[in-house]
Amino acid sequence: MAELKDGSIALIDYGAGNLTSVRKAFAAVGANLFVPATPADVEDAAAVVVPGVGHFDATRVLDAEWVEAILARVGEGRPLLGICLGMQWLFEGSEEAPDCAGLGLLAGRCYRLQGRAPKSREVRLKPDTTIKDASHSRDASNGRGVRLEPDTVIKVPHVGWNTIELRGEASLIDGVQSGAQVYFTHSFVAPVTGDTVAVTEHGESFAAIVQRGYVAGVQFHPEKSGDVGLQILRNWLEQVG
Amino acid sequence: MLSKRIIACLDVRDGHVVKGVNFEQLRAAGDPAELAARYNTEGIDELVILDITATLERRRALADTVRAVARELFIPLAVGGGIRTEEDAAAAVEAGADKVSLNTAALADASLITKLAGRYGSQAVVVAVDAKRAGEGFAVYARSGQTSANRDAVEWAREAEDRGAGEILLTSIDRDGTKVGFDCELTAAVSRAVSIPVIASGGAGTLDDFVEVFTRGCADAALAASVFHYAETSVRALKDYLHQRGIPVRR
Repeated sequence: MAELKDGSIALIDYGAGNLTSVRKAFAAVGANLFVPATPADVEDAAAVVVPGVGHFDATRVLDAEWVEAILARVGEGRPLLGICLGMQWLFEGSEEAPDCAGLGLLAGRCYRLQGRAPKSREVRLKPDTTIKDASHSRDASNGRGVRLEPDTVIKVPHVGWNTIELRGEASLIDGVQSGAQVYFTHSFVAPVTGDTVAVTEHGESFAAIVQRGYVAGVQFHPEKSGDVGLQILRNWLEQVG
Repeated sequence: MLSKRIIACLDVRDGHVVKGVNFEQLRAAGDPAELAARYNTEGIDELVILDITATLERRRALADTVRAVARELFIPLAVGGGIRTEEDAAAAVEAGADKVSLNTAALADASLITKLAGRYGSQAVVVAVDAKRAGEGFAVYARSGQTSANRDAVEWAREAEDRGAGEILLTSIDRDGTKVGFDCELTAAVSRAVSIPVIASGGAGTLDDFVEVFTRGCADAALAASVFHYAETSVRALKDYLHQRGIPVRR
């Protein structure tokens, strides 16, 4: 990290991130981020952070020029970190906004957590929630083990502190323990694939941390996950070096 | 497994933390940033700053308080009290709030929920429901418990969810500050009626009150002020107790 030039990490603002919190957390671990006004401003970035909360459709703001600028940095081996919606954007797309393509750096499409509604709620489910999800027929072959206890209510959105279970090794999880808790707030998730380095369970398993070389993402909010979150940001900064 | 959250509430007036009983009889309880730091060290999962006597001229003071609290805090922070417009919400978010909590303004114009959810995402919009027992049901009150909203709490919580709220902060006015336990019937009725998380508030006194609200009350999170402010219960001791009783908590 000694070589890290102050303000050389780009924080992408597409109107769907709590930039204040992300910047504050990075500042706490020694990095000042800048917000590029145009895709051209990303050119000299040593690394790129794509934050995000909200609807996948919000990523539409990141048009071809932004995509090209970000992919160019990745092509040069500059680290890219996606947070929450920013992580989902690294994948091919999401059923939340089917006509809106993701960056496609990671294989797979994001989908809605199935959840399990409280009994009294079942009669008034809207067509776009659980009933529709059930029709997506997620069988065992897709690698996601669905383990719903018959009487347990699984609320969606998934909000709060949940555990991450580590799988294998990756620089992003150095010094992080399996079973550590981090703060989530989301309804859609990315599938567990070969790029998954940590999983979390909420009715079903999903990707909590992904890393493929210089492309990394976290489904939770490291900027809101106390010491564990700051450790993960520190690890990522090591990669920026 | 998703943990049950323990949330500390700082009722703030003119930059100081205060606490009342049944929404009245306020007394001073300390500096917000100091309390926030203490709770964070003890392992609190989230903080709520509630500006209980918000007026226009004091809103700037609130933003300063939020900024001071948020400075060294890396856990979720919600801000409520006097958030009437999109501009008020923007000021809170700008100061470092992750969530804004709407109460009276949402009752007056529920479209504000949808507007803010559209702008910041549902996860940033908490609808606070202050409820009082009324016969067989629970009646909603506005203006810090002063005015009846002529709404049923369960029905209003469902509408809030449908309009885009990400969480319900449910306070029992009957139990507020009394330390006789949460209103578990109220909490369970609302929690079973919505798919979004319900934060139970009002009445926390003993460690068993928290066990009750997470089991019988079906709460996703529990919020307390008095028991933490006066150091009657430490967050750590509470979490150890819950863990021993099989309730998943972050430790």
